[in-house]
Amino acid sequence: MTSRDAILAAVRANQPTPAPSLPEIPVFEKMSGSLLEQFREALLRMGGKFVDPPNGENPDRFIRSLFPEAQVICSASSEVIGTRALNSGCEPADLADVDVGIVRAAFGVAETGSIWLSEQDLRVNALAYLAQHLVALLDPGDIVGNLHHVYRDPRFKTARYAVLVTGPSATADIEGVLIHGAQGVRSLTVLPVSRPADNRASV
Amino acid sequence: MRRIDHAEAASQFIAAKAHQEFHDRRLWDLRLKRDREAHGIPEWEELRALASQIKEHTLARLSDYLEEFESRVKENGAHVHWARDATEHNQIVYDILSTRGAKTLVKSKSMLTEECDMRPFLERRGIEVIETDLGERIQQLDDEPPSHIVVPAVHKLRGDVSDVFARTIGAQPGNDDIHYLAETQRQTTRPYFLRAQAGMTGANFAVAETGSFVVCTNEGNADLSANVPKLHIASIGIEKMIPRIEHLGVFIRLLSRSALGSPITQYTSHFRAPREGGELHIVLVDNGRSERLGMRDFWHSLKCIRCGACMNTCPVYRRSGGLSYGATYSGPIGVIIDPTFNIRKYSNLPFASTLNGSCTNVCPVKIDIHEQIYKWRQIIAERNQRPFVKKEMMRIAGKVLADPKLYRAAVSAAGLAIEHLPRFAIYNWLNPWGRQREIPEAPQQTFRGWYLEHRGRP
Amino acid sequence: MRVGLFIPCYVDAFFPAVGIATLELLERLRVEVVYPLDQTCCGQMMANSGSQKDAAGAEALFVANFKDFDHIVTPSGSCAYHVREHLDAIAQTAEVRKTRSNTYELVEFLHDVLKVEAFPWAEFPHKVGLHNGCTTLRKLRTAKASEIDEPFFSKPLDLLSKVRGIEFVRPSRADECCGFGGTFSVFEEPVSAKMGYDKVADHHAAGAEYIVSADMSCLMHQKGCAERVGLDIRFIHIAQILNGDRA
Repeated sequence: MTSRDAILAAVRANQPTPAPSLPEIPVFEKMSGSLLEQFREALLRMGGKFVDPPNGENPDRFIRSLFPEAQVICSASSEVIGTRALNSGCEPADLADVDVGIVRAAFGVAETGSIWLSEQDLRVNALAYLAQHLVALLDPGDIVGNLHHVYRDPRFKTARYAVLVTGPSATADIEGVLIHGAQGVRSLTVLPVSRPADNRASV
Repeated sequence: MRRIDHAEAASQFIAAKAHQEFHDRRLWDLRLKRDREAHGIPEWEELRALASQIKEHTLARLSDYLEEFESRVKENGAHVHWARDATEHNQIVYDILSTRGAKTLVKSKSMLTEECDMRPFLERRGIEVIETDLGERIQQLDDEPPSHIVVPAVHKLRGDVSDVFARTIGAQPGNDDIHYLAETQRQTTRPYFLRAQAGMTGANFAVAETGSFVVCTNEGNADLSANVPKLHIASIGIEKMIPRIEHLGVFIRLLSRSALGSPITQYTSHFRAPREGGELHIVLVDNGRSERLGMRDFWHSLKCIRCGACMNTCPVYRRSGGLSYGATYSGPIGVIIDPTFNIRKYSNLPFASTLNGSCTNVCPVKIDIHEQIYKWRQIIAERNQRPFVKKEMMRIAGKVLADPKLYRAAVSAAGLAIEHLPRFAIYNWLNPWGRQREIPEAPQQTFRGWYLEHRGRP
Repeated sequence: MRVGLFIPCYVDAFFPAVGIATLELLERLRVEVVYPLDQTCCGQMMANSGSQKDAAGAEALFVANFKDFDHIVTPSGSCAYHVREHLDAIAQTAEVRKTRSNTYELVEFLHDVLKVEAFPWAEFPHKVGLHNGCTTLRKLRTAKASEIDEPFFSKPLDLLSKVRGIEFVRPSRADECCGFGGTFSVFEEPVSAKMGYDKVADHHAAGAEYIVSADMSCLMHQKGCAERVGLDIRFIHIAQILNGDRA
């Protein structure tokens, strides 16, 4: 008997009966307040930054002004050029020297200040982790209320990889002291920038 | 197999005053943060009830969900392996690594791999294994197991970490600045991510509907381990299953709030299929879970989502430290699952509890922890696994308290002893109560004596 | 209403004043109270050690002594909880079940059954820290536990608030266990003592002159700890305050 069959047989024999029913999950809608404002507060609480670029400012130039020392700026979004092209076929380790990575978030979550990214948004998944800093463009219209909304999104069924990024990499493993930039990015900056007209979010 | 002596280990832990007091304060602070989050969500208790019900339903139909999960995983282009026990798990992992010529493995935190004692197994076979979570890395370099499932080095102070890093990874001796220490670990670990041929993660949840699994971290080390090397192996206990993606709304809202008092971890990562050009292997592990599923009084322990809230609230855990339990799983959840691994070795653990019930109240999936602790005590007594002294004391107490005359004689003897014996005869090694406490005075009259004198016979 | 008074073994032996206060208080409230002379124990200590076998004798004796009362009242939350929820080392006859379900802890009885509105004879002009024993708090649910998200309630506080002059202080960890835990206090003595020290120090730092509880077992342990370190704090059972003891 294979291990698979042995395990399934043991589980089948031991599962408690009868099975309690599966409950319906409410959405727990919170009716009050601006989603953008809640998102911003939550993001700040989790150690992220929220910077409103001046109207009409060119995103490339603006981001460079946020990171004047950066040599290698790599963008997964066609809205920003950066200093080096991001080829989706490149080896993840090639991104080891990236100072700033740029993505456009598929959507944001007001409850937690999270942004959602899939391999489509990242082009190379490792960009969001090997870069020293991450900048995310987020259309304020793309912010949903809470995690119940998030987990009704059908894109979880098609994305190979999907991540809710909430602030920068962090740890408090030594004496509870908070460190940003544990293993991943040292900072996460969200820029509320509307999607270009030809890049409406698809669901 | 020697019984773990929790009380003795605890005594040593308490003796290291600065360490113990910090440990207690730090974890109590996590408990308070958890409270603030819980009280900030009006539907908190409802979420707990939903989470409990989803888990109980899933465990009762686990075979169906496991099969559904497996089908989806295969459709997604990933591999499924099944491991009956720890050795089989380790062998499977080794076989995957060796057939692909992988010599270096970076991994994120996984209690399951600790449970299987995977690292020494792989290291003996020539695989270099690097723990990438900061707390786990500290413990690996110090050759000590993790003491807490969420904050593995919580029992160490900065000076201890500084010593470990100076000894092992070339940090400046004596530099105990925490930012420096964290940066040192970042810089020395990063090359491993870049050159490792394989990365390994655990999973907090496995979703049957899509064949996905979810890994929650704050450091992003799981994402580095999974997204840099071409090969990603995930070890998942069979009890981690939940039916649908939508159920994650309940669990993700509960997990980090319970564990650390933050609304979500910095990274909540969902893996459904290998990346382009990559390989994804999932190892489903039993190792006693299917057996525990059949234990009428204890199967609820399988609902555990490994948040550690029970450890943070447990007044005994905070004052004795995770290592005092001598097992991968410590604190309240450890106390109720460890006896299934080895009843004799862990027979003292269910007695390392005051049955105060705080753990049950913070558990996000409503495991009846203190009730299970109580029931384990009965099993341990029935299987004759209690130490002789305890067993005898209870036998004698049982006899005396079943007989009014014997009882009254014992009470008056105790009273006489307390009143007449010199201090050294009462406070000595035979009297554990008296080691650090005064014993009560003997009153002139028992209640019964007073009642007879003032109320007479009814 | 005929009430059988159950006095736990350690109260009978070491703290008879608590039993006396309980009896007198119930009598003041016009309850007919009887103390069966052949009682000993509820069996909790043996049962909590896993020995159903060793608990059986005491449990049977408890039922034999108390089966004919309308209510059984005891100034001990852990004993009341054991009787109601865990007294199952003996055959569960109708008589056993009835006796079990009729058993009340004192605060429960005063608050839920007698619904006492006033204690006019009581006065306690002192700063008091209220300690809710864990079994009484979390299992008998006599007050809100800090872990649970629900509206505040506290039966002991409701009763004590009716006492003239009393002033409450709040320790920083109001419902952290004090570390008695029955035989835990002996077999895990290092942790038990540390928990006891921390508890009394917490109340003392909050300004408590007295620690009051509905559980004398907790107080016995805390008193032992406080006395060993010479901490200036006193201990009193809720029955004593409600019965009018001044100190």
